[in-house]
Amino acid sequence: QFSDSAGYVGFANLPNQVHRKSVKKGFEFTLMVVGESGLGKSTLINSLFLTDLYPERYIPGAAEKIERTVQIEASTVEIEERGVKLRLTVVDTPGYGDAINSQDCFKTIIQYIDNQFERYLHDESGLNRRHIIDNRVHCCFYFISPFGHGLKPLDVEFMKALHGKVNIVPVIAKADTLTLKERERLKRRVLDEISEHGIRIYQLPDADSDEDEEFKEQTRVLKASDIPFAVIGSNQLIEVKGKKIRGRLYPWGVVEVENPEHNDFLKLRTMLVTELHDLSEHFQLLKSRIGSAFYHERKDLKLRRMQEMIAQMQAQMRMKPGDD
Amino acid sequence: GQSGLGKSTMVNTLFKSKVSRKATQPGREERIPKTVQLQSVTHVIEEKGVKMKLTVTDTPGFGDQINNENCWDPIIKYINEQYERYLREEILITRKRKIPDTRVHGCVYFVPPTGHWLRPLDLEFMRRLSKIVNVVPVIAKADTLTLEERAEFKQRIQRDLKAHAISVYPQEDFDEDPDDRALNDRIREENPVHRGGGGKGNGKRVLGRKTKWGIIEVENPMHCEFPMLRDLLIRSHLQDLKDITHNVHYESYRVRRLNES
Repeated sequence: QFSDSAGYVGFANLPNQVHRKSVKKGFEFTLMVVGESGLGKSTLINSLFLTDLYPERYIPGAAEKIERTVQIEASTVEIEERGVKLRLTVVDTPGYGDAINSQDCFKTIIQYIDNQFERYLHDESGLNRRHIIDNRVHCCFYFISPFGHGLKPLDVEFMKALHGKVNIVPVIAKADTLTLKERERLKRRVLDEISEHGIRIYQLPDADSDEDEEFKEQTRVLKASDIPFAVIGSNQLIEVKGKKIRGRLYPWGVVEVENPEHNDFLKLRTMLVTELHDLSEHFQLLKSRIGSAFYHERKDLKLRRMQEMIAQMQAQMRMKPGDD
Repeated sequence: GQSGLGKSTMVNTLFKSKVSRKATQPGREERIPKTVQLQSVTHVIEEKGVKMKLTVTDTPGFGDQINNENCWDPIIKYINEQYERYLREEILITRKRKIPDTRVHGCVYFVPPTGHWLRPLDLEFMRRLSKIVNVVPVIAKADTLTLEERAEFKQRIQRDLKAHAISVYPQEDFDEDPDDRALNDRIREENPVHRGGGGKGNGKRVLGRKTKWGIIEVENPMHCEFPMLRDLLIRSHLQDLKDITHNVHYESYRVRRLNES
């Protein structure tokens, strides 16, 4: 609101302008999803974004899986909520962990992530920078099986290889197979193993002191709650007490996706949504944390390579015969 | 099966006593071993005056590595070693009155409840093992699948097995009695069978798992097929498993070995 009182210039309105522009422009977010087949990844993504990203899904049989290597499949969808547009890209990695020998199964994934960064770097240093599309992977949901006793060797190796390149959010899938006690034991075990192996997973940053109370409280609750989040997804609506809710119907009861007593789905969604819709540090942080680290690493690398080339050229010039 | 699929719990539930390897080593934190090991535990259990010497062989490390190629080899080796042992006793001129039988009569294979298809590892394992031992595939931790998902999963598994000509127990060709056949057909339709874990229940004592959304009763056939598995393995087909092991699997081994020498 413009005020004509003395001393008021009006730039206090800047955040609103930025906000308006961002809302108009929309947000981009790329989420990578990694985990063995059958952990409910697709169902969870559809539940999180209330969309059907995989309408004509084909699940290959074992014989086909034997032949396959890891594929990268990106699906983009434009979602809108209250006038805010989100261009969401979900990068799937079918084939991960399926083969009998999974030794090389994350090479393809690492290559993909690196390529997106290269491309962005390249576009950024190009002539036409107005319409750069940001396809860098901002976040990776890594699905941990609820059937094991903790992390598997493959889980450890993957996270160690990728924690420097992408924000890893470990997620315990199909949480309805665990009792409360089993869930807590598994979370503790997973966290122990993560710290034992020096794996850096995405940590929600603290809220700033000047944020509003509600936001601070929300952040506090999210941080205090046990990660990794143990979640359930569902595309089916079940009638419970007269209401239609997302859930899974078993002979012994109904598991409700959005019931915090049943699983951590709401916490996961809140965390993700906080990162996406807020023009806050969190959003920038999520995108830029890896961005700047990688960018500087790559820039350093490029710089170093150039320096090496120059050094080589100089060495060669010095060695040229008959030039003294 | 891979670690964490509830193998030890199932075995304990099946025999209503702590017979698994883990039960005999309580309190140890489970770490995945780097190679597949075979560990057997033997108990003598008794019911209504009938004694049974039960040996449970576990395979920690199976399918847990990043590279699981040939992880079935130690298992195949173990099974053949037991046949070899028996053979040596059998060909003695003065045989023991009762040849000690350490042969594996049944191999329960735990398939994770992905709801999709059998994984390459499952296929490879069952293809090889079903040729030398009775393999009973079981969908582990089935309480994560709705009834609909279970039915679909089972169908896909059965199709997969058929497509790859993998013959699991009860096998089709060994029916003798027409009455037997009717029974086997029903069981075969239900095969693979599911199970849920074991635990304590509410006011009325049931064996089950307590969750926020309900109590899963292990012995309730509407919840899980554990009773059928128990019936199959113990109540009705225990002797059948032994007979087929002796008359079919052991015989093939014996014929192979005698031809070799």
